[in-house]
Amino acid sequence: MIFLLDILTATLRNATPLVFGVVGETYTERAGILNLGIEGTMYAGAFFGFAATAVTGSLELGILAAIVVGVASGAVMGLFSVTLGTSQHVAGIGLTLGLIGISEFINRLYFGSSEGLRRIESYQLLEPFGPDNIFNQYALTYIAFLVVAPLGWWVLRSTSFGLGIRAVGENPEAADAAGLSVSLYRYAALMIGSALAAVGGAFITLATLGTFTLGIIAGRGWVVIALVIFGRWRIWRGVFGALVFAGVFSLQLRLRILPGWDAVPFELLLALPYLVVIAALAISGRNVEYPGAYLKPYRRD
Amino acid sequence: MTAAGDSPATPVVELRSISKRFGDVLANEGVNLSLWGGEVHGVLGENGAGKTTLMRILYGLSIPDGGEIYVDGDLAHFASPKDAIGAGIGMVTQHFALVRPMTVTENIILGRTGGAILDLDRAKDLVEEAADRYGLHVEPDRRLSDLSVGEQQRVEILKALYRECRVLILDEPTAVLTPQEIRALFATLDRLRASGMAIVFISHKLPEVMELTDRVTVLRHGKVVHTVETDEVDAAGLASWMVGRPAAPPEPRTHSEPGATALEVSDLSAVGGLDLPALSDVNFEVAAGEILGVAGVSGNGQTELAEVLSGMRKPTAGSIIADGTQIAGKGPKQVIAAGVGRIPEDRHEALVGDMSVANNLILEHLDEAGKRLILDRDRIRANALDLIERFSIKAGPDDLVKTLSGGNIQKVLLARVLVREPRVIVVSQPTRGLDIGATAYVRNELLAMRRQGAAIVLMSEDLDELLELSDRLIVLYDGRIAGRVDAAEADRDQLGLLMAGHTEVA
Ligand SMILES: Nc1ncnc2c1ncn2[C@@H]1O[C@H](COP(=O)(O)OP(=O)(O)O)[C@@H](O)[C@H]1O
Ligand SMILES: [Mg+2]
Repeated sequence: MIFLLDILTATLRNATPLVFGVVGETYTERAGILNLGIEGTMYAGAFFGFAATAVTGSLELGILAAIVVGVASGAVMGLFSVTLGTSQHVAGIGLTLGLIGISEFINRLYFGSSEGLRRIESYQLLEPFGPDNIFNQYALTYIAFLVVAPLGWWVLRSTSFGLGIRAVGENPEAADAAGLSVSLYRYAALMIGSALAAVGGAFITLATLGTFTLGIIAGRGWVVIALVIFGRWRIWRGVFGALVFAGVFSLQLRLRILPGWDAVPFELLLALPYLVVIAALAISGRNVEYPGAYLKPYRRD
Repeated sequence: MTAAGDSPATPVVELRSISKRFGDVLANEGVNLSLWGGEVHGVLGENGAGKTTLMRILYGLSIPDGGEIYVDGDLAHFASPKDAIGAGIGMVTQHFALVRPMTVTENIILGRTGGAILDLDRAKDLVEEAADRYGLHVEPDRRLSDLSVGEQQRVEILKALYRECRVLILDEPTAVLTPQEIRALFATLDRLRASGMAIVFISHKLPEVMELTDRVTVLRHGKVVHTVETDEVDAAGLASWMVGRPAAPPEPRTHSEPGATALEVSDLSAVGGLDLPALSDVNFEVAAGEILGVAGVSGNGQTELAEVLSGMRKPTAGSIIADGTQIAGKGPKQVIAAGVGRIPEDRHEALVGDMSVANNLILEHLDEAGKRLILDRDRIRANALDLIERFSIKAGPDDLVKTLSGGNIQKVLLARVLVREPRVIVVSQPTRGLDIGATAYVRNELLAMRRQGAAIVLMSEDLDELLELSDRLIVLYDGRIAGRVDAAEADRDQLGLLMAGHTEVA
């Protein structure tokens, strides 16, 4: 029982960065843009969030720095994929490589001393509550599940802005003819989506780890991309996917140290959550209806 | 909206010397056009005359290279449709600008939601109210993807009216409608005209323009030929302005005695794109020397029927006997070998645009073009020169197909298929997008094949074309044959009802 509760607690924590990413990436993809820059954006969010806190001592400024970096990387993605009409694959991969490179470069310049990792005073867990204290989480986790996901869902469904996002992603010609600015909506979706992804990255440095290490995002951005498709561009299904992934991830972490499981190569256990995502995609990914204008730049003439 | 009865002194919209160039093509050159409240203004011209370009400019979808737009006498600049909508202009584009997964209401209010938070219930009331006022029946909660083309068009018109437009542009609105739907559209447009709206009606169908419009502007090669009161001209005069010479009367269809059955289709069923049933229990025969027309609103199984008949799609049940050979379920190669020729709907898909005319002409006959693996260039070239001559293709053997005009591309396709003298020909939308000259050429070529004893299955969305060429007609609705009609006795209203799915009248 304790074992299960422990896994549940860890699942919610490990799902947090994914939930930020899934909500954000759902917005950009519903607007018709596959943002492969998200891996780099999460990475840069983790690093610049950490760096700002390390310099100023303020966690709030760390989050703010992540948001600024996120908005900026969304704008760069917009410049290439919306304004210049570059292939979204090329622009996104390039952005990821660039952001990881910049983050590591600055990290080496300012935090690359030989004395080991620079640590910050990170977010503390909130007062635990609930039966057996299962709700023992960071504030950002509550924000992800109780604010970002429901608000993101509601805005997409019930506001004029959300209707516009869906329209430019399904049929930009129609949105244009109806008097909406396709680029404005696409930039907005990219900036919002990337800001959320960056905060998701910053959660890892500012809450769970309290430091920045190379390779810290470890493919979570790619997992988010898969989860958005698994969720068929619905926020709640994507969040559910994030919980499944984080659940398997937390389970295998604990299995590794459980007696009797040492016979199983730990690489296999490590691969388990990714295999689950692949299997889920293979099963649920058939016949999915992509947003109508997915991957397509919009040009009038 | 200006009240009827007012006689305004300035036009609602005036276009002055509008020019627009695409590469080497002058799509519009010095075009002047004025639109008055309470008139339906026809814009007439062949394909490529520049009608759509002109209206896209007026709607802010395209920026002109030169010229001015005046609204109520004041100079206006339209950088996007948003500006045009603000000036009271609405447009129903030729390919509808609708978001298919969204509902009717969402589509209509898109961009004019009246607040940050959607109030779909109130929006629905407004939409219903507008629908009632203009007699445009729509169901606000249905998804666009579930609507017929006619219903989608009503949504488009409502969308423009919901934005309180004073000028309504309709780009070839009748091309996809059944005769009944056309009549309903005309009734709506009459009402809107009476309420003082200025309506632009784009078409290349003369009878419609004669019936509906108050004035007509004829465009040719991007320039205005004439603007006249419709009362002062006749269809023949308009036609000669459109093509720049007196129109040739169509070659009369000679009567021919159909021969033995050349194509026999029994109990044919097939599934379409999303594994949905596209054809169910289709039965028909075509005799040698006969043209069987297949009528129907697009999306009722015509595409799948053409694909199944030419071996591009496997039927789920049924038999197809072409010239004595069972071809159901066979691949394109065996189907061609059985004497079936196919002229597909999408010309560009059937030819390789980046390859030369000569190479495209032998694509389906690679086995004859050379011994074993090596192509015999001289024979390919000789073959091309021969066909270019016989089918009067205006191109050289080495020209890339993608540089040819639509008419010449169609001739390349015709040449490639007809040179084999197929016993059965499956042809879809043979004249779509072609100018009058090329259209006449293609139709005469099909009639010639009929005289030579080919059995022809002709799918077309153009009812006039079907009535002109066919001996008999079948009407497809929802993948089934809704009716069979002798072309000589066919009546457009009856066909329209069949196309809309009313089987009982047959
Ligand atoms: N976006 C475009 N790019 C290049 N050429 C174009 C474009 N739009 C139209 N044209 C060309 O301009 C001419 C006029 O086209 P269009 O206005 O569509 O004619 P219509 O509507 O009368 O059939 C044609 O030769 C067409 O090929
Ligand atoms: Mg046109």
